Amino acid sequence: MANFSKSNVPQFSVDIYQNEFLPEGGREVNAIVTVTSTGGGTTGGLPLATHGPGDVPGSPAGAPGAAVVIMVDCSGSMDYPPTKMRSAREATAAAIDTIRDGVAFAVVAGTHQAKEVYPANGGLAVADPATRHQAKEALRRLGSGGGTAIGSWLRLANRLLSTAEVSIRHGILLTDGRNEHEKPEQLRAALESCAGRFTCDARGVGTDWEVKELTGIASALLGTVDIVADPSGLEADFRRMMETAMGKEVADVALRVWTPQGAEIQYVKQVAPTVEDLTARRTEAGPRAGDYPTGSWGDESRDYHVNVVVPAAGVGQEMLAARISLVLPQPDGTPRVLGQGLVRALWTDDMAASTRINPQVAHYTGQAELAQVIQQGLEARKQGDLDSATAKLGRAVQLASASGNDDTAKLLAKVVDVVDAVTGTVRLKARVADADEMTLETRSTKTVRVKK
Amino acid sequence: MPHETVCPECSEPLEPDDKFCGVCGADLSAPRQPDAYELAPPDPAAVPEPPGGEPESYELAPPGRDTDTLPFGLGTADLPRARITDPRLDPSAGGPSASSPRCVACGMGDVDPDGYCEHCGHAQPRPRDHQEQELDGVAAVTDRGLRHHRNEDAFALATTALPDGTPAVVAVVCDGVSSAYRPDDASEAAAGTASGSLARSLARGARPEEAMRDALLVAAQAVTDLAAETPEEEARRHHNAPACTCVSAITSGKTFTVGWIGDSRAYWIPDDRSAPASRLTEDDSWAERMVSMGLMTQAEAYADERAHAITGWLGADAVELDPHTASFEPDEPGVVVVCTDGLWNYAESAAELASVVPEDARTRPLHCARTLVGVAIDGGGHDNITVAVLPFPAA
Repeated sequence: MANFSKSNVPQFSVDIYQNEFLPEGGREVNAIVTVTSTGGGTTGGLPLATHGPGDVPGSPAGAPGAAVVIMVDCSGSMDYPPTKMRSAREATAAAIDTIRDGVAFAVVAGTHQAKEVYPANGGLAVADPATRHQAKEALRRLGSGGGTAIGSWLRLANRLLSTAEVSIRHGILLTDGRNEHEKPEQLRAALESCAGRFTCDARGVGTDWEVKELTGIASALLGTVDIVADPSGLEADFRRMMETAMGKEVADVALRVWTPQGAEIQYVKQVAPTVEDLTARRTEAGPRAGDYPTGSWGDESRDYHVNVVVPAAGVGQEMLAARISLVLPQPDGTPRVLGQGLVRALWTDDMAASTRINPQVAHYTGQAELAQVIQQGLEARKQGDLDSATAKLGRAVQLASASGNDDTAKLLAKVVDVVDAVTGTVRLKARVADADEMTLETRSTKTVRVKK
Repeated sequence: MPHETVCPECSEPLEPDDKFCGVCGADLSAPRQPDAYELAPPDPAAVPEPPGGEPESYELAPPGRDTDTLPFGLGTADLPRARITDPRLDPSAGGPSASSPRCVACGMGDVDPDGYCEHCGHAQPRPRDHQEQELDGVAAVTDRGLRHHRNEDAFALATTALPDGTPAVVAVVCDGVSSAYRPDDASEAAAGTASGSLARSLARGARPEEAMRDALLVAAQAVTDLAAETPEEEARRHHNAPACTCVSAITSGKTFTVGWIGDSRAYWIPDDRSAPASRLTEDDSWAERMVSMGLMTQAEAYADERAHAITGWLGADAVELDPHTASFEPDEPGVVVVCTDGLWNYAESAAELASVVPEDARTRPLHCARTLVGVAIDGGGHDNITVAVLPFPAA
């Protein structure tokens, strides 16, 4: 099992940004929690090593701490245009090249059922030059034909990943179409059984897939989602994804939020690098505390927005409104605290202090609204409610411009003609490329950090 | 429990139904035996039994000893006789279940290491919320008040002797500027630095006014140094460097000297209340400046919302350091009251203050300081309150 007393667990720092001052009778406390993990330590960038009897058989010394399964859509639609299947093969090959020595891996071909492509022995291979070569050879045999049942792919990936005694389990899923050959409940059930078992990035190639379906998968499995409209872009994207996965050093980190008696958590959201509402994913963790999953971490920084309503106290009183800690479950069941920060509430009659809005809180409130109005605007547009679409997307343009979210502003400009970004005056474009609309929808949750 | 007719803490007469002392706030329902304040066991060799075997309440040690130091206040690290036991700090207190303190707000939760209740989250009282100290010839009390979440005031007391053997007593009172960051650290640093500097200068034979000037300057430097040690991130978020006011008094022989920067004040209250009391300091404040420049009357100036904006302070952002000092040689006995605006907001003029200073202030300076803090709390306790009382002539 992993020996976390070694220095190769990253250092987590927790910074809280808030205006702790509340007016008399005030109850709502907002805080932005910035979690930064740095310094994976002594493995030289390799994933967290594990030592012990549970290592993958035949693994070299300093055995793998990570396992990856790549799921490639091989449904019939992947043949149109033919470049799609070719690009998928090439991208998968590039991803395989990026797998570090010692990491356990497998490739799965997905249609209306899931099939092991490599190593095709019911388990995982351990990456080295020979196995990487064999895996790429096996990709040549990938053909296309059949339907799409993503739930079955995920179940197979879960089965394969669970054969490895590793701490970091990750999936990469590529699809070009809708999940047409199983019921939505089947996908939902598959996601439920996989959640917390492995993390998964999802990529949609082309424009025939369903944005909500893939964002739902990535969200449930704490991974990223993106569109690769042009299949030629797959290779670079896959390599980047795999590099990120290889950089993960610690898995199953939870954000633990303690709140005082009588307090109510309105929401806990990840707000950077993307907006992800975690409120409903709480699991109780002792008196007045709950854990929210954050998945695995490499060297990275994420921001969370916590909103708590506390019982009011008198002017001059101080209360701990929330204690935010990063916890790592240990094999013996006791959580290890990686870092923590305090969210405070201080009641004051100084109006200047209590009415001040923390810039971080304001910024991310805007970013969360930005994601929401984009989704609502695009939905309204699909429904033919053009007035509402114009209003929502106009507000989105205004928010993106004011917050310096240039990437989102550019994507918006492909869907609307911007008349005045400051006031949010826009006109809907008469013709919008599917890829542009799907890109905007997929990336609507991407946020930028506060301008320093 | 037998009804007590006077407060066991401060000897204030009590009403039969009182649950708390009206003056010092002592909880009259708390058990008295053993001592409710859990004094650490005195070293029997160092502490002779008080003559007459009179039961000793916690606050007033028998007169005439150099070490009549209350277990509060700054600079009490080397208290020779007694200290308050803080279970959180006491390594012998045993496991957390056995003796971890209970929340003062809800009474249900244990207190976490950060000082909050694990049940209701309420911050627990901190040492600086209320502190008292008494030395020979001076006593001081500081209190968080009712409306501020922390005490940003601080005081420091010292006793020393001039080269000719004349005893000298020093009191320093500082008020952290709330709009700056770390105001509590600023006041603490300034008070400690100034009192140390005063004691050393006086012992060396410096003239009181000279000692006062020097003390204000080194205290200012101590506050300025805080700005340098503050992380940049923090400094960016708050625009104002740590800052505080400072007022000090020295009593020695037939004279006393005050020195100040900012709007904390010193008053002279003669024992003979028919004689005029007087304010000894002139605020570095917007209102005072308006009045002294003849632009407004006192009433007009203090009615303005800018009245309390201070124009002089200790800290890195101070425009100019202009220590004010003054020496006095009254020919009658009385007390010097040194205080922050947390008190004088409720008794602004010297006459008003004199009317609330107890008759026996000179013989019971600690009681006087507590009473004055009580006046401010009764008035609303809107700010932190700090009062030092120096009997004159020094005993």
